[in-house]
Amino acid sequence: MAGEDVLDMLEAEAIHVLREVAGAFRRPVLLYSIGKDSSVLLHLAMKAFAPGRMPFPVVHVDTGWKFREMIAFRDETAERLGLDLRVHTNPEGATPFTHGAHEYTRIMKTVTLRRALDDGGFDAAIGGARRDEERSRAKERIFSLREPGHRWEPRSQRPEFWWRANTELAEGQTMRVFPLSNWTELDVWRYIKREDIPVVPLYFTAPRPVVERNGSLIMVDDERLPLEPGEEPRLRHVRFRTLGCYPLSAAVESKAATVDEVIDEMRRDRRSERAGRLIDGEGGTSIESKKSEGYF
Amino acid sequence: MISMLRVVACGSVDDGKSTLIGRLLAGTGGATDDQLDYARRTRRGGSTIAAGAVDYSLLTDGLEAEHEQGITIDVAHRFLDLPSGRRVIIADAPGHEQYTRNMAVAASTADVAVLLVDATKGVREQTHRHLAICALMGVRAVIAVANKLDAVDYDQAVFEKLASEVLAAANGLDMAASVIPASAVQGDNVVEPSPNLPWYDGPTLLGALSEWEPAEGSRADDAGGYRLPVQYVIRADDFRGFAGTVIGAPVRRGDAVAVAGSGVASRIDRLIGPGGGDLDQAAPGTPVTVTLADDVDVRRGDLLTTPEALGDGLSPATAYSATLIWTAEEPLRHGRSYLMLAGPRTVPATVTAVRGRMEVVSGKRLAARTLGLNDIGTVELATDTPLCLDGYQECRDTGSFLLVDRVSKETVAAGMVRHALRRGRNVVRQTFTVDRDARQELKGQRAKVLWLTGLPGSGKSTIANALERRLHAMGLHTYVLDGDNVRSGLNRDLGFTPGDRAENVRRVAELTRILLDAGLIVIVALVSPFRTDRAAARSLFPPGDFAEVWVDTPPEVCASRDPKGLYAQAKAGRLPNMTGLGQAYEPPEHPDLVVDGSGSPDEVAEKLAGLLQG
Repeated sequence: MAGEDVLDMLEAEAIHVLREVAGAFRRPVLLYSIGKDSSVLLHLAMKAFAPGRMPFPVVHVDTGWKFREMIAFRDETAERLGLDLRVHTNPEGATPFTHGAHEYTRIMKTVTLRRALDDGGFDAAIGGARRDEERSRAKERIFSLREPGHRWEPRSQRPEFWWRANTELAEGQTMRVFPLSNWTELDVWRYIKREDIPVVPLYFTAPRPVVERNGSLIMVDDERLPLEPGEEPRLRHVRFRTLGCYPLSAAVESKAATVDEVIDEMRRDRRSERAGRLIDGEGGTSIESKKSEGYF
Repeated sequence: MISMLRVVACGSVDDGKSTLIGRLLAGTGGATDDQLDYARRTRRGGSTIAAGAVDYSLLTDGLEAEHEQGITIDVAHRFLDLPSGRRVIIADAPGHEQYTRNMAVAASTADVAVLLVDATKGVREQTHRHLAICALMGVRAVIAVANKLDAVDYDQAVFEKLASEVLAAANGLDMAASVIPASAVQGDNVVEPSPNLPWYDGPTLLGALSEWEPAEGSRADDAGGYRLPVQYVIRADDFRGFAGTVIGAPVRRGDAVAVAGSGVASRIDRLIGPGGGDLDQAAPGTPVTVTLADDVDVRRGDLLTTPEALGDGLSPATAYSATLIWTAEEPLRHGRSYLMLAGPRTVPATVTAVRGRMEVVSGKRLAARTLGLNDIGTVELATDTPLCLDGYQECRDTGSFLLVDRVSKETVAAGMVRHALRRGRNVVRQTFTVDRDARQELKGQRAKVLWLTGLPGSGKSTIANALERRLHAMGLHTYVLDGDNVRSGLNRDLGFTPGDRAENVRRVAELTRILLDAGLIVIVALVSPFRTDRAAARSLFPPGDFAEVWVDTPPEVCASRDPKGLYAQAKAGRLPNMTGLGQAYEPPEHPDLVVDGSGSPDEVAEKLAGLLQG
């Protein structure tokens, strides 16, 4: 396991990037997904500008299918930190059941995100993506250029020499910025522990009503989840490694009830973090195709 | 012990680099079970790996395009956690020759290079190329891996010969080097020592990465005195602090401060760490916020340092000798104004001379007039405002910069400072009591620039003449700068190459600035065919003072008029650089006004006069 000063260096790099965004762009925004990476990102942004305030608003794209505990946590966090929080929801109201996971994600997340960025006139959007999350992310830049229409063109990405980003934008271009690029999942949890950062309780085990579907445990978070014949929700001790829309997030059986236990479990469990994301599963390259459309 | 080691991995597509990195990942617990499953189940065309065995190269491939081509096309970052607690960040640089740029990117932050050499092929041109780029980017140590030793029957003689060649090449570039015999496919000496190599008693690659420490005084970032480039000014109630990351040497509370550029001196009052707590001292790499004992004007882009450093190597200069790595398809244009991003500072800069191109493999300097994609060369640069830059060999962070195209905003070059050429302190801007406001008030007018651009023969001079007559009759003070007239005097040393055209526009723009300051309405009639040159001209003026007018006359009208006989000569092949024929005309994307020069000049002049009222 990496030494304690590795966390200091990762923190330093992230704060450097956050300050650069605040200084170089006209109208930056922080994209908040309520997950553990977002919680770390918010914490870093508070630290980067202390004793001043974080100089940008926070946007959450709400698909309407997030866990109820996530929404409650979001509102508490906004209150506790005094955030300028803007929530965007697509009125089209697509669901994972009527549209299929990929099309649902495109309408409710990607399109809504693009609109939220356009409406706010934001020229830089800060996100919590990490390079170790998924194979195609390993090649992502810290400062990732988007062409007009938020298209990601792998071939037109700018070379990143030294710690020096080209923050200049031509007309219609915007920037996505990933201060946590060099963090691993374990770094995130160890930092949460060290800095005592609050996270959504869904990351810790508890008896929760779940059904087993194609080998995945899906939590029945409200009455909207259509049950298939023979499916009966049962209480099982589960937690989540990544959080998203509840019908698309698979739970894992776990005994980890504290941050320490989560860290212990992670060092023993040898499965990928995003294995619990059902939307990633459509072919080994689907994050990349979604990114080309403007997904984060 | 350094806790985070940054490594650049170099080697070509076929040297077995993906397999090597995949083994390191798997051997340090960095590959998950589902990733290993995938690498066990999947086979690429032509793969000779036994069914059911792990193809380690599949743990590291990323983009769809690569899977199709079977090559790595970009820089990927992988993380290893070694048992000692050290984090290794591997920047995986592609080995394909045309991608010098990516290789240089990966090397730009690296402490050490891991260089793969195929034992069946020996040291080749690209081995020298990789070493040379690493040395250029300031990487001073290399761990070489002689790979595929299984394919030469683990022959010690083959290894010894290869090792001596690699060591000679690295030492010739002042790099410390070691060589490890290995086979990535078989797993020899990557993570575990190998029974196949009884004659070798050195470390495995993993062992070498765990043990590596920088030699005393060899860090590229040693510099005299701290540097603190200000990224952001933090304000809260009565608080005004300057935020940035410490570079070079530690900074302490109470340290003397000089603001590079203005030279104003003060003292560090509070030194604040991440989160707002006060510190006594902060090491290089720490993000801090400082407050100063005096009320000093400091902004984003200013550099705080010690008064000693400022008096020594860091004094402000407006001309630098630098090494450029050209990263754009479009070649360097001599005389063109680019944006120079140096730390948090952005200033216009012009390449004033190309001193030569470096032949990477031999290190020879060749004569060159320009630089193209992936070329490395030495140039001289002039900046509009003085900058305080270190030499790159003294300090990577304050000795490097980017050049950016003004219009496309593409990064055209990465630059490394060799040394300052002209110290700006000898040129101090004088301020005079009678200023532009006073002058234009006396004339009873508002000074302004109308910049007419368009094809030869589009009618720019005729329109300028009609407009000036009209304004003169209204009692306004004007001046027309006409392309041909300026070329017969001030710019008679310039021709019509893109570089000379850029310089022509630059001089006319500077002259226009003087005339504007004199309180005049300036009408410029100049072909000025390139967008970036016009953008550079516009950037000299406050918004609202400069109007770009596109005289958009149909090309066939221009050619039929041909007042100077230029089109006829071009047709006869005597004017290869004629705009609209031999050279492109780039129309303005957002002109303040578009006029058609095929109609009556007086009507156009009336429209333009209207623009002046607005």
